[in-house]
Amino acid sequence: MFGYYLDLAFRSLARNRVLTSLMVLAIAVGIGASMTTLTVTHLLSGDPLPGRSQHIYYPQVDAIPKNTDDKEPVDKLDYQSAVDMWRAHRADRQALVVESQLKLSDPASGTPPVMSMMLSTTADFFPMFDVPFQYGGGWSAQEDESRARVAVITDDLNQKLFAGANSVGRTLRLRNTDVRIVGVLKPWRPSPQFYTVAGGRFSNGDTADFYGKPQDVITPFFTGLEINDGSFWQFTCWSLPERMGHLQNAPCVWLSLWVQIDSPAKVADYRRFVADYAAQQKAMGRFTHAGNTRMRSLMEWLDFNGVVPADVRLQTWLSFAFLAICLFNTVGLLLAKFLRRSGEIGVRRALGASRAAVFAQCMVESGVIGLVGGLFGLLLTLLGLWLIRQQPVAYADLARLDVPMFLLTFLASLVVSLLAGVLPAYRACRVAPAWQLKTL
Amino acid sequence: MQIKPILSALRRHKAGTFLIAMQIALTLAIVCNALFIIQQRLTHLSEPTGIDEPNIFIIQNEWVGKGTAEQVDAKMREDLAVLRALPGVQDVTPSNSYPLRGGGWDDSVKLKPDQLQDTTGSTIYFGDDHFIDTLGLQLIAGRNFRPEEITAMDVRDRLGPPVVIVTKALADKLFPDGDAVGKTIYLVGGPTTIVGVVKLLQAQSVDRWASAFAYRSVIVPRRLAISLGGWYIVRARPGQLDAAMRAAPKALFEHNPRRVINDEDGLLSFREVRSRAYERDRGMAILMGVICVVLLAITAAGIVGLTSFWVGQRRKQIGVRRALGATRQDILHYFMTENFLISCGGVLVGALLAIAINLWLVTRFEMHRLSLFYLLTGVVILLLLGQGAVLAPAMRASRVPPVEATRSV
Repeated sequence: MFGYYLDLAFRSLARNRVLTSLMVLAIAVGIGASMTTLTVTHLLSGDPLPGRSQHIYYPQVDAIPKNTDDKEPVDKLDYQSAVDMWRAHRADRQALVVESQLKLSDPASGTPPVMSMMLSTTADFFPMFDVPFQYGGGWSAQEDESRARVAVITDDLNQKLFAGANSVGRTLRLRNTDVRIVGVLKPWRPSPQFYTVAGGRFSNGDTADFYGKPQDVITPFFTGLEINDGSFWQFTCWSLPERMGHLQNAPCVWLSLWVQIDSPAKVADYRRFVADYAAQQKAMGRFTHAGNTRMRSLMEWLDFNGVVPADVRLQTWLSFAFLAICLFNTVGLLLAKFLRRSGEIGVRRALGASRAAVFAQCMVESGVIGLVGGLFGLLLTLLGLWLIRQQPVAYADLARLDVPMFLLTFLASLVVSLLAGVLPAYRACRVAPAWQLKTL
Repeated sequence: MQIKPILSALRRHKAGTFLIAMQIALTLAIVCNALFIIQQRLTHLSEPTGIDEPNIFIIQNEWVGKGTAEQVDAKMREDLAVLRALPGVQDVTPSNSYPLRGGGWDDSVKLKPDQLQDTTGSTIYFGDDHFIDTLGLQLIAGRNFRPEEITAMDVRDRLGPPVVIVTKALADKLFPDGDAVGKTIYLVGGPTTIVGVVKLLQAQSVDRWASAFAYRSVIVPRRLAISLGGWYIVRARPGQLDAAMRAAPKALFEHNPRRVINDEDGLLSFREVRSRAYERDRGMAILMGVICVVLLAITAAGIVGLTSFWVGQRRKQIGVRRALGATRQDILHYFMTENFLISCGGVLVGALLAIAINLWLVTRFEMHRLSLFYLLTGVVILLLLGQGAVLAPAMRASRVPPVEATRSV
């Protein structure tokens, strides 16, 4: 029966080409627009560390004197608090994180230096965030303390400087210091670049820059502070630092601390540790208040920062309204199409077809329109994503269709067209056969 | 034209009527809000910078090798002399930044030294006594910097110039009673005296985060001498921008080759600067425009489709009316009026929906209230669209011959 209905559907669709192509087009455009924006939202709002993110936390104490306990703590940590909490080693893993800009060159090739971003962090960064290595690996906790002149570089930089060869053991010049490459990452593109996210609440929704590519070169934390001394940017300062760009023991907040805690009991312990630390600093007179410590999990922190850009969210809502209009349009056209065939339906009913059979026949026809619309919608989605890749936004290169979204496109178009078909099909199967036969 | 028979006919086509009306309502709601977003973005991207945009270009100069602040300053002064000697160049100033650059040195301004909260944020522009002339700013009070007030500054020095020039927007914020010249304000490095006020100078960033201090800028009489390098803002003589842009880097390299001027953005005309700064806004405006057009097209197609169906369905009735003496005009008017009534219902619901969506956008996306103008524009567009879409099927209906009435009733 299904095959017969399919045959009928194709015949009927071929009979009125303009109306058919109008419906297919409406569904295709609606699906194309909504799947494009949905894919972008899906890519931008996903979990950057699936399976691990629930164990990753972002502890915060508030070093700013003029803040009070009823306010959110400032988004980053001052040097002393960050290093104290890191040294306490109370979590299963912990990493300090700071980024800075410097000139980078390959001394062997003698090409002019290029401005690059450097991430300075501690040894746990790589296992904690499951960073994949192509060659070599990270450094040891020992090397953190001894301020070893080593570095890990990204696949991008390795392609650029060493044409993708195994560059472990080679030398890189960071500003005026030579460091030895100990590891090369595989292509790694966390979305967002979660470990540097901060201050999203001040950006009024302009958060596209949270989706930048990882820094070109990664060095041990204290090594980085020495190599690039004088070039560190504060998140904010409450009074003027002695020397710009040198923020150790300056009245500034500028560091992030990430910790990994594997069991819920230990999470409570660590929360208490952070609160106790702030209270102790308050007792010592270094903090003015200690009641607003926080420890958000990774996803809570991203949520708090509102990382998905407002423009993207707006476009997503808009495209679904768009899809709704296309749906109304298709319902109207299907209604016209099915009721125009009242005579034919009357004959079928008179020859013994049940209402359910007529309903099924109409739904098959809607489904066919949906699938064809979905096919074109998929092409439009690919076109839409290509357009987004041409945009000057940090997440442009992320905009690609993955398998779940690919399947969702067809599912969505099928559901939309069947939804569109329900009312017209219902009206069609209520056609009174006798009256139709009389007017034939 | 009688409306009553149309209404009773519509009562027999409830589903179709409802669908067209709803489609018009949704389209109106989205089109007005999209038009409003387009207008807001366009207003934003056509805000003036206050400078002589057509003749200005920017050179980003990076030095090769290290040097002390004194050495760098000496090299900078040589560069300035080289650039000022070029025939196509009207004037040059060294700076740490330029309007619409996208970010840079923003700092707090206070009225008292012991104030906890800043009075306002502000863009900090470094410049010499040629800054005002180079950018083509209009000095509306006080005086320009004197040559002897210009000194070099290392990035590690505190920002504490004895005198500054501010924009009128900043002066008005700090001293609402007017007369800012001669008053003392506090920058991050200490007190300073306002000696001049310029009419208009846009900030470095026009992104939303910087909107709180748009147009509030401070010009400090300093050359920022750091070994990384900095910017030269150059004003070409009228009509000689292209020639000056070719000549300037060449002259700089001839004078001192130990520098890098980036191929990608080392040399930018201000037109490019502006188009880069507003790329995202323009993108959004274009996107909204495309969405409007596609939506209107789909809605029009839907109206054509459904009305055609109705005309086909009512051929006999039309024939009867024609046989009873109705003219072609009458039939045409019938369908036009029918569509007008449906559209009116649609735009009524749509207007409410548009306002609801806008209120929701205001809370979620910090948008402004929809002005009535856009609502009315949307209403007119959709009513015209409906009439235009129904025209072809209605014409076809009016050509139904009266003889149709006699066929197989």
